[in-house]
Amino acid sequence: MTIDSVRGAPDTPELAEPELVQLLTPEGERVEHPDYPLDLSAEEVRDLYRDLVIVRRLDLESVALTRQGELGLWPSLLGQEAAQIGSGRALSENDMAFPTYREHGVAWCRGVDHLNMVGLFRGVSHGGWDPAEHNFHLYTVVIGAQTLHATGYAMGVQRDGVVGTPSATATIAYFGDGATSQGDVNESFVFASVFNAPIVFFCQNNQWAISEPLERQSRIPLYQRAQGYGFPGLRVDGNDVFACLAVTRKALENAREGQGPTLIEAFTYRMGAHTTTDDPTRYRLKAEEEAWKLKDPIERVKAYLVRNDYADTGYFDKVEDEAKQLARDLRNRCLSLPDPKPLTMFDHVYAEHHPLMTEEQEQFAAYLASFEEEAK
Amino acid sequence: MTTLTLGKAMNEGLRKALENDPKVLVMGEDVGKLGGVFRVTDGLQKDFGEERVIDTPLAESGIVGTAIGLALRGYRPIVEIQFDGFVFPAADQIITQLAKMRMRSLGALSLPVVIRIPCGGGIGAVEHHSESPEAYFTHTPGLRVVTCSNPVDAYTMIQQSVLSPDPVIFFEPKRRYWDKAEVDVESAPSDWTPLHQARIVHPGEHATLLAYGPSVKTCLEAAAADEGRSLEVIDLRSLSPLDIDTVVESVNRTGRCVVVHEAPVFNGFGAELAARITERCFYRLESPVLRVGGFSTPYPPSRNEDDYLPDLDRILDAVDRTFAW
Repeated sequence: MTIDSVRGAPDTPELAEPELVQLLTPEGERVEHPDYPLDLSAEEVRDLYRDLVIVRRLDLESVALTRQGELGLWPSLLGQEAAQIGSGRALSENDMAFPTYREHGVAWCRGVDHLNMVGLFRGVSHGGWDPAEHNFHLYTVVIGAQTLHATGYAMGVQRDGVVGTPSATATIAYFGDGATSQGDVNESFVFASVFNAPIVFFCQNNQWAISEPLERQSRIPLYQRAQGYGFPGLRVDGNDVFACLAVTRKALENAREGQGPTLIEAFTYRMGAHTTTDDPTRYRLKAEEEAWKLKDPIERVKAYLVRNDYADTGYFDKVEDEAKQLARDLRNRCLSLPDPKPLTMFDHVYAEHHPLMTEEQEQFAAYLASFEEEAK
Repeated sequence: MTTLTLGKAMNEGLRKALENDPKVLVMGEDVGKLGGVFRVTDGLQKDFGEERVIDTPLAESGIVGTAIGLALRGYRPIVEIQFDGFVFPAADQIITQLAKMRMRSLGALSLPVVIRIPCGGGIGAVEHHSESPEAYFTHTPGLRVVTCSNPVDAYTMIQQSVLSPDPVIFFEPKRRYWDKAEVDVESAPSDWTPLHQARIVHPGEHATLLAYGPSVKTCLEAAAADEGRSLEVIDLRSLSPLDIDTVVESVNRTGRCVVVHEAPVFNGFGAELAARITERCFYRLESPVLRVGGFSTPYPPSRNEDDYLPDLDRILDAVDRTFAW
């Protein structure tokens, strides 16, 4: 049996490579798109550059901490910085984000201390930040489940009666290419569509769901799925921070104004392994990675800054130093994270008294105390 | 006092909950114009509007998943799963998401979501409409699991569940929807039995029957039919948390105990009860705790359900065996 017959579609006509919204070429050249005008000052571009460099550096440090045995696991965002910073910086303060477990860049934009993410993968908590404080929900590990939470949240915003008013809130749901096969993601599309919920579905298509290529998830470009649900979809260059910023901003505005959902497919590439336990050499070619390296999301912004005389070597060095300092600081704080006390695992399972929690906690406390007695 | 069926008492309780708090929502398949397949939500959409009584798309995971999102935005959704056997598409959202989110946020998030599930057999339905999935949920930390057996509890317990800051799985005994009782709809919540408290519904001396939901009535009938012995019947009402103290007090008095539920006995909720009673009442037990329930088969075609469901005779047979030990 050939691969094509497994796919069952040997005679499907080749689809033309779809349109991709791009505002900054891999060479750092600014291009215009009629639907997405974007006017950024030199300072704003420098800020985006700083974000990109810092989140890549913190991510790298987290990989290193894992390699040294300090974290159990790390899902690297390498290669997806522009998709995350572009969309993350498009959010206004009141907007609500629902991440997967790889949105370290969005977390940075929402002011969530990277130590929380490191703590999660070190095993000191399952998350631990207050979502309401940052308008950034907890990481969700089961693929696609958070898209329904985001949709419900957006339905709540509708019921608050603020859609179309200045205090309108948009919700953004993050997920990957693999997640588009999940029932929950498809159910989210249905609910968001029929209720016209103020939500943006932001799919980072990084081409790989662990070892499975996109063609195992879809026969059509992912953004085209939106049409079947009755709302607009578009593909953006996920390695172009300008374009990601512009399309997300527009989609969020549309949501706040009451125009309903949008699906954004950020076309990008997972440059690293799925997580630190994964081995991409078993399923993909080095040449593919090399080709994507040429589309690096940071290099093109740097080229743009240089080309326009918006920044000099001194500036780049300064950002590099700041990123290094933050990474060093992260490392130190990670290593001094205390392990949670055993009895704390009973806390926060329920809001109100639950006799079984109390009983087991007391029994376990007495058991632990018995060792202290023996030691005396 | 008003005479209400269990279904109508549910309806009145839901109406009160919607009246008392504008953040309360009712959502599910066919809960609007139709009023639910059992008419439990009858008239609510007409009176509270489509924004608060929501006919959802036909997708159970979607219903519970969006209810979680609504709760995160400050709402208190009451979700209806149309039948017990339809809850499993929502299992991830209930077990993995809803139940654990509070702990994952170190207490920052509250998920006041109530999931109503008509449960149990006895109505001659096709497959997947007669199941008793309570043990899946009592096995899940983070959930509260309760079930009513009569109209008064239906009316009060649903309102108490809506007030809970924790997620509640609320089982409704579907074959008892048409049972009637006097319900005081003007009663004050402070006079109601606390949500997680068991109740002795028939005092007795010689053996304790433990039941919940649809089996309570069957046990009461068994107690009435047993001429030689005085059987105490306890309606557990809440399975998680479990009011074990009421159970222990009774079994220590009677020395004998039979647990009755419709779910399969193997690994069912009765196993937990038997283990805990053995631990707490070991020296007072005259015989092992026995269990009467469904067999370890899928729920059978409805022409066989009278053979499958614990009935008066099977309960009394188990009582006989505790005395013959």
